[in-house]
Amino acid sequence: MNATPTFTARAGGFFHRYANPGRFLKLGARLQPWLTWPAVVLTLVGLGWGLFFSPADWQQGDSVRIMYIHVPAAMLASGGYAGLALCGVLSLVWRHPLADLAAVEIGPVGACITALCLATGSLWGKPMWGTWWVWDARLTSVLVLFFLYLGHIALIRAFDDPQRGYRAAAILALAGAVDLPIIKFSVQWWNTLHQPDSITLTGAPTMSSSMLWPLGLSTLGISLGFAAIVVARTRAAVMESRIRALLSSPRRKGGAA
Amino acid sequence: MTRKTRRLWLVIACVACLGTAAGLILRAFSSDIVFFVTPSQVVAAPPPKDRTVKLGGMVVAGSVKREKRGETPISTFDVTDGQASVTVHYEGILPDLFREGQSVVAIGTATPPHDFAAAEVLAKHDETYMPKEVAEALKKAGKWDPRFGPPPSATSWNQMTVQDARKDISAAPATN
Repeated sequence: MNATPTFTARAGGFFHRYANPGRFLKLGARLQPWLTWPAVVLTLVGLGWGLFFSPADWQQGDSVRIMYIHVPAAMLASGGYAGLALCGVLSLVWRHPLADLAAVEIGPVGACITALCLATGSLWGKPMWGTWWVWDARLTSVLVLFFLYLGHIALIRAFDDPQRGYRAAAILALAGAVDLPIIKFSVQWWNTLHQPDSITLTGAPTMSSSMLWPLGLSTLGISLGFAAIVVARTRAAVMESRIRALLSSPRRKGGAA
Repeated sequence: MTRKTRRLWLVIACVACLGTAAGLILRAFSSDIVFFVTPSQVVAAPPPKDRTVKLGGMVVAGSVKREKRGETPISTFDVTDGQASVTVHYEGILPDLFREGQSVVAIGTATPPHDFAAAEVLAKHDETYMPKEVAEALKKAGKWDPRFGPPPSATSWNQMTVQDARKDISAAPATN
């Protein structure tokens, strides 16, 4: 062993502070209201503003309002999968037990939001493009992301020994992360029916500020909502495993005696 | 090297290899991943007559001719990418977003040298979102004619409110 702690040891120490389930439950209970209530308020304000008060688009008319749900859903579909990949690294390298529990809980939430993104996109595509679906690079790569989520959900629950499921699912999460830059850059690398991004890091947004504000609020609100649901589910999973441990330990002792 | 460090490097190496492999595959199939070909590609290398092609480009201003045969509308329009243009013939109802200056994708077969028989026409909208009043104000100010392409730089209009735009419209002299 080295005298000075290595990067992995120091990072592991940091991560493992919150691997303690008791500490996580305490932190989670404190964090939960700060995620849930802002999420509810911001989502309601953002969607209300976007759906009823923001102006219609000059050529898309009122159909543009699908954007206020579709764009946050699309961002979270990718963001949630990035979270899964991060949990995968924590699980494979540091054997972090909470990362495994979080990965179990992120999967279904991410799959739902990806389905919402695909469904709203399809509803938007029909009146605007004239088609429900095309096999262009953006649409196809998001569909692949949806199947990756489904695969992850199935794989992590597929083994009798949960540890083996966690390992396998972590590898799938990391391998699938290759899809994330493909989704992001698909509209730049290839020509697609889907339009390029309106909001970029380098240029001014090609969207009127009267639409950008409600979009920003609903994105923030739905993101916080995603985090709130994942934290709540992970807390429930920790408590569930504690209850299982409590229930099974006296019986084991009784059986041994 | 501790076990954790070794595992970290292993994960990094695997992800890097996988990323490279995916990148190479996508590069190799790049020409198949594109959703449409441009008019200059069709003119330069006409595809075989029985092959379905997706042709993408901008509808040339003033080129749209609409007629009716019985109940079916028939339309003819030129699609350009700035270098070459192809005349598209289409029988059926065009999507709502179809207009001069709009980007469209026509799915059908090319009949060389410059004609294209479309079985389906899709409208492709660009990444600009603005209220009707702002578009109107830009048109009135002579900064933008949607028939000839995308709007001017976003900084010139993305802070303009609907009220500002209405004021501009009423202040501008009626030109058309």
